[in-house]
Amino acid sequence: MNRPEAVFGADGRLFLRHGPIELIVEMFGAEAEVARAYDQARQYADGLLEELVKELTLLRRPLGAAYPMFHGAVAKAMARAAWPHRGVHITPMAAVAGAVADGVLAAAVAGCELEKGYVNNGGDIAFHLAPGAWLEAGVVADLGHGGLSGKARLRHDMAIRGIATSGWRGRSQSLGIADAVTVLASTAAQADAAATMIANRVDIDYPGIERVPANSLDPDSDLGTLAVTVAVPELSEGAKRSALLAGVDHARGLQSQGIIEGAMLSLGDQAATVGALAHENLQDLKDGENQL
Amino acid sequence: MSDLVRCDACPVLCRIRDGRAGACDRYANQGGELVRLDPLLVAQRTLDHDGAMVPFLQSAEEWDGALVAGAESFITGVGSTTTYPDYKPAPFIVSSKAGGVDMVTVVSEGIFSYCGLKVKIDTDRFLGDEQKAVRCQGEQVGHVSTAEYGSQMLALGGVRHLTGGSKKEGAVTCQMMLDLCQGGAVELSVDDGAAVVVQAGQAPIVDGAHEERMRVGCGSATIGMFAPQWHGLADEVVVVDDHITGVLSEHQAGKFLDMPTAGVRVRGRRSTPGRYFQVAGHGDGWGGTDVTDPLSIIDRIEAKNAWPGLRLLMVSTTGEDSAYFVLDDDLAPVAAEMPASLRAVVDRIAENCEPALCSVLFMAGAGGSLRAGVTENPVRLTRSVRANVTRVSCGGAPVYIWPGGGITLMVDVTRMPIGSFGYVPTPALVAPIEFTLPLADYEAMGGYMDAVQSVDEVLASGVARSLPWRGENPWPLSSGN
Repeated sequence: MNRPEAVFGADGRLFLRHGPIELIVEMFGAEAEVARAYDQARQYADGLLEELVKELTLLRRPLGAAYPMFHGAVAKAMARAAWPHRGVHITPMAAVAGAVADGVLAAAVAGCELEKGYVNNGGDIAFHLAPGAWLEAGVVADLGHGGLSGKARLRHDMAIRGIATSGWRGRSQSLGIADAVTVLASTAAQADAAATMIANRVDIDYPGIERVPANSLDPDSDLGTLAVTVAVPELSEGAKRSALLAGVDHARGLQSQGIIEGAMLSLGDQAATVGALAHENLQDLKDGENQL
Repeated sequence: MSDLVRCDACPVLCRIRDGRAGACDRYANQGGELVRLDPLLVAQRTLDHDGAMVPFLQSAEEWDGALVAGAESFITGVGSTTTYPDYKPAPFIVSSKAGGVDMVTVVSEGIFSYCGLKVKIDTDRFLGDEQKAVRCQGEQVGHVSTAEYGSQMLALGGVRHLTGGSKKEGAVTCQMMLDLCQGGAVELSVDDGAAVVVQAGQAPIVDGAHEERMRVGCGSATIGMFAPQWHGLADEVVVVDDHITGVLSEHQAGKFLDMPTAGVRVRGRRSTPGRYFQVAGHGDGWGGTDVTDPLSIIDRIEAKNAWPGLRLLMVSTTGEDSAYFVLDDDLAPVAAEMPASLRAVVDRIAENCEPALCSVLFMAGAGGSLRAGVTENPVRLTRSVRANVTRVSCGGAPVYIWPGGGITLMVDVTRMPIGSFGYVPTPALVAPIEFTLPLADYEAMGGYMDAVQSVDEVLASGVARSLPWRGENPWPLSSGN
């Protein structure tokens, strides 16, 4: 059984890896403070996966009428982030990547004086900003092709400390056909759960879209027998538009409830924005700029 | 449900269907076998740059691992997978052109059941007696080897601990080696000795104390090294040390310079003239001793030898601590400002103290079956390596090949790419290994010519991830050594 790995890249960033947890941690500030933050992140991450696995069975169970009780702080945060979406099928696992990023970030920055910092868990990002600081985040519209489609300047005075992206091409399964839904929220866990749910809604009945039961791919999938997308054909412009609008409607609802701050949805060559990502915050990208 | 594989690489214990990957995307089920999916690692350097790869000249941000067009590429063994038991060609046999010569690199990941670590720990602190057991989590994982100058040596791992003992001993040994090879910190304890935290490229932590710098030598050695430079600037120099404290005017080096005996007598047990044992213990004071007030180690100043105005320098073996005194008319030492000329020599001691580090060399033998993945006639590979025709590298890092039979190599793990190592449940370590030689020689030794593919074909196949070439490593495809 592999133990957690913690290595520093040549660029000084800390890489933490244990099973499906794959974190890039970068902190900005005085050298000693940064070193302390990295040390705290490393210590927190050690044992985190084991702690989550202890409650994995319950974490994979759909939320119902009763609020589930968990022991671990990250498990609790997952339940909290998933809870507002329980009108449809959702399990706390929808927020796992974001909640892990939030947890490691909080542990890293605790008691440290830092200008800013972030924990990137496979694209779900929690970040810390001191007064006056800001972070530029690249947004990937099309996970299959990887190029950047926009960037957002996230300032300290915005109620945004988490970014997450979901789509059917990504690592986790999706009920919808969105190439990518990127969500800004006050925590990465909330962004993660919301991105999953909005991506599920970006959908349309269209010949050639292939779906299979989630557990036929992954026997332990928290989606059970629900049909997840495995192939999307070339869609008509109208179809793309209709699918996107279904997602936009849902995103607007979440925004009006204060669950998310903004979202960007993309499908093929079309994209739509909601809330914070719709304003001056999103700038067009020049070629060759790097993502967070 | 027979197509399911249970992955035990992490606590999630994914059940993975045939043809699918686990939650981490790094382990997969291929035909009922659990395999690693880490992509093949390609080291690239720019053609017009002799040294390190500079792929992102304009935006020095980050490199996502995308391959760089027009760069010279070397396929490493990292992520190439193995072919155990190796009667078929190695996973990648790659041809490229270097200096007008067709070269071929045979790329593989070796499963090394015979492997160990040679660990050098820069410290003079006592770790444990030679031959004593070194333990990790209570299991014996190695032993204390012969001490070297300023450093203690440990021999860790090896086939006896991996497979010769209990199952737990093997598992702990394998994990300990993997951690150290991956740049992680490992806590070890020596029977009847110290607890030490070892991490390649980092300072050792012995019984909770961070080692910072190596002393330049013991107190006596420091006297010997700097005596001529002190001569004329001080009448007596005492180098404070917990092993051998040196006193210049009594020392052979002082006598050689015709220095008169100064009569400053230190505590402790005299070994030979000017060399004293047991003057100080270990501590947080001067140069790792328990001395905080240097005058406390002076037993007496003898009137028959000392004289008013005598200039006394006291200094630690690291040069970090020093004090200068002049004797008054009652022969009592009075602190005085150190002359700049003397300060320069003190600073030189500090300059000569190198940072204390742990170094970890991975040592392994490329055995019969691994070589069979290179050629049908394995002994020819050994001969070719011996004749310096075939160059061996591990993840692109240069290796030292031991003389004598077989291909027994040592490599500094910090010069290999991050994440180069893996393990199999045997237990044994998995490490990348590459053999590079002219194509004509490869054909002559009975190489698998049908399996040779061009570097461009490998890059185009999309299995590769790129990392920048490390300038300190020699380019394996260049001619000569």
